[in-house]
Amino acid sequence: MIHHNRPLSPHLQVYKLPLTGVISITHRMTGVMLSVGLIVFVYVVSAIAAGPEAYQALQGIMGHWLFRLVYGGFIYALFFHLCHGVRHLIWDTGRGFDKATLNRYAFYELIAALVLTLAALFLTFTG
Amino acid sequence: MDYRTPLSKVRGLGSAKSGTAHWWLQRVTAVVLIPLTVWLLWLFKLSFYAPYQETAVWLSAPLNSICLLAWIVAVFYHAALGVQVVIEDYVAGDGSKIIAIWLVKLIFGVLALAASIAVFKVISAG
Repeated sequence: MIHHNRPLSPHLQVYKLPLTGVISITHRMTGVMLSVGLIVFVYVVSAIAAGPEAYQALQGIMGHWLFRLVYGGFIYALFFHLCHGVRHLIWDTGRGFDKATLNRYAFYELIAALVLTLAALFLTFTG
Repeated sequence: MDYRTPLSKVRGLGSAKSGTAHWWLQRVTAVVLIPLTVWLLWLFKLSFYAPYQETAVWLSAPLNSICLLAWIVAVFYHAALGVQVVIEDYVAGDGSKIIAIWLVKLIFGVLALAASIAVFKVISAG
């Protein structure tokens, strides 16, 4: 049932989201994004299963700079979602809800996700 | 003892029915996915650079194919549960909500099957 004219709080058009709020909605957006990205995973395994020619075509696409750029973006989305997911698991134990901890964890998550992404991309694209 | 309000009985919507299982499985799959997803990045590294034979042999090694199949089950389940919550929050009408969730689960189910069949195909060819 949809109720109109109810008071809305916080009103998203006038309310400036704090860092914790931005991170919360980013968790959701990266989740949806990664879910859609699963189609690419299905393509990769299907190409491997389809034999050497399909695999060659796959590597042609994956070798393109645009694919690598998007791949890097997805890896950051993945590690951000992973780090914030770990925090959700910590929250599930009933800990870490006071304001100072929330802001500190938000900062840790962004740094950890960045470090993990750089490490993963470094290991992927070098030796 | 009946905890349901008279209004909820009249509307016939009842409780959320399986909310706890949904919540719990979202956590279980999340925990499983942490190590498996990091491990899976190796498959992408191989796909970027390795010749066909190397990738196929790696994928058909028992430990790797078991981990990959486990990852497929966990990741599509986790994604379906997550997208379901997003739909429940943003789609207002009950009819379109139920159909959207049903469609998403169907699509993820088909994708999971397609990926699993591909893995089996690599194993049987190798």
